[in-house]
Amino acid sequence: MSSHFFLLIVFSFFVSAVFGVLLRDDPRQQIRTAAMMFGGFIATAIVLGWLMFPFPL
Amino acid sequence: MTTKSTAAERSRAAAEPGTLVLLCLVAWLVPGAGHFWMGRRQKAVVFVIALPLMFLIGLSLQGRVFPFDFSEPLVGLAAIANLLAGLPWILTRIVDAGGGMVTAVTYEYGNCFLIVSGLLNFLVILDAYDIALGRK
Repeated sequence: MSSHFFLLIVFSFFVSAVFGVLLRDDPRQQIRTAAMMFGGFIATAIVLGWLMFPFPL
Repeated sequence: MTTKSTAAERSRAAAEPGTLVLLCLVAWLVPGAGHFWMGRRQKAVVFVIALPLMFLIGLSLQGRVFPFDFSEPLVGLAAIANLLAGLPWILTRIVDAGGGMVTAVTYEYGNCFLIVSGLLNFLVILDAYDIALGRK
């Protein structure tokens, strides 16, 4: 449970699920919104991770 | 299945000020309970599973349930966010858990889960409030 990426996935899953259900009324749209949001979380994290790679801590 | 007329009647009945306060209290106490009351059961099931689970994961990651110490503004704000989680927060305070372990690798992740769980529950409460007012 200490993998940064695994925790990122778990966190993104829960937040996307709640937002998807909160923002849409139709179950299909809820799943679609949640999936898009989940993908967005993961993609953004990977892109930002690579962008920050050259910078030292 | 809930018809539109019964949902509208339920909204009208819940629009009384006293009922609104009770609805918000119930929605705070048990995540998703406000939606269940308003007949949005599918949404309620997702909230009642996801939000307490996030809180539990936060605790298992050695996150801290913050004290109401407003001399440190961020600690005070985090405490409010924790409080918004409702029943999981109350139970944690009762059993004196959530001390957090700053040296744990997952400490900050745990805090993130705990705080976001409370903040998401706040959005859920506001959504239930909007439904009760007939805005949604």
